[in-house]
Amino acid sequence: MYGALWRVLPGPWWVRVLILLLLAAAVLYALVTWVFPWVDTIVNVQEATVEE
Amino acid sequence: MTSDALRPRRRPRRGVSVIGVLGELLITAGLLVVLFLGWQVWWNDIVVGGQQATAAQELTEQWGPIESAPTPDPSADPQDYGDPVVSAVAAEHSGFATIYVPRFGADWQRVVGEGVDMSEVLNDTTLGVGHYEGTQMPGEVGNFAVAAHRQTHGGSFNQINQLAVGDPIYVATADGFYTYRYRSTEYVLPTGVGVLDPVPQVENAQAGDRIITLTACNPLFSTAERIVAYGVMESWQPRSAGPPAEIAHFFSGAA
Repeated sequence: MYGALWRVLPGPWWVRVLILLLLAAAVLYALVTWVFPWVDTIVNVQEATVEE
Repeated sequence: MTSDALRPRRRPRRGVSVIGVLGELLITAGLLVVLFLGWQVWWNDIVVGGQQATAAQELTEQWGPIESAPTPDPSADPQDYGDPVVSAVAAEHSGFATIYVPRFGADWQRVVGEGVDMSEVLNDTTLGVGHYEGTQMPGEVGNFAVAAHRQTHGGSFNQINQLAVGDPIYVATADGFYTYRYRSTEYVLPTGVGVLDPVPQVENAQAGDRIITLTACNPLFSTAERIVAYGVMESWQPRSAGPPAEIAHFFSGAA
């Protein structure tokens, strides 16, 4: 999977590394901005209150 | 270009198999889970904590400027301003007070919202600390009980276990400043609602003290228990008297 991605990318190795880093940054941004907050609403494990 | 020309020579690779792809997917999934946890208990606490602190600053600015200068001499005996003014109960989920605990950090400040609803108050990026409905208001005889997360969503009470006897807990409202002193900590089960009684853990007792109760979860990374910190009100000053010296820097912009 990642091997195929590496082969699909154009250019010399350092261009590919650069593209991969940019891709990783974009994925991380999307995760932090949209995915993680959404997951957080589903797995709301933190409780702080006392109740009966 | 040359690399493209070479590509057709490629022989089938051992790595490209169902098992191989599955393995990479699983590694990716594991990495995502670790990333999520890091985001949840660390990065997002910093981000949301900052937002909640900013919201507290904005709320105090909404209350308008303080005419007089801050209390000049912190070592002087606190002046007696009589019985504290008790604000009317705020609308549900609205922020009505700010809270300052120097032990949590010199710049630590949060808005106290009405109610302890998880999504509406405790998880909210403009609130973070919730006032248990039905418990007393700041300065009122009885128990001003609040809850906040210890981790996640700003982790407002992250350092609740660090409080030392005598530590000040300041609460500000549009009416004035209420100085509480931390007294003790108790650990209860999540059902231990006795901590919210006007006299904590004593049912139907006649309240005489002005108590503040902070609750959060315990231990860290768990929801098995609740950690409960109690404080007793020491003094009160109207807004016109200015903030206590230790939190005056939060109000310098408004002075």
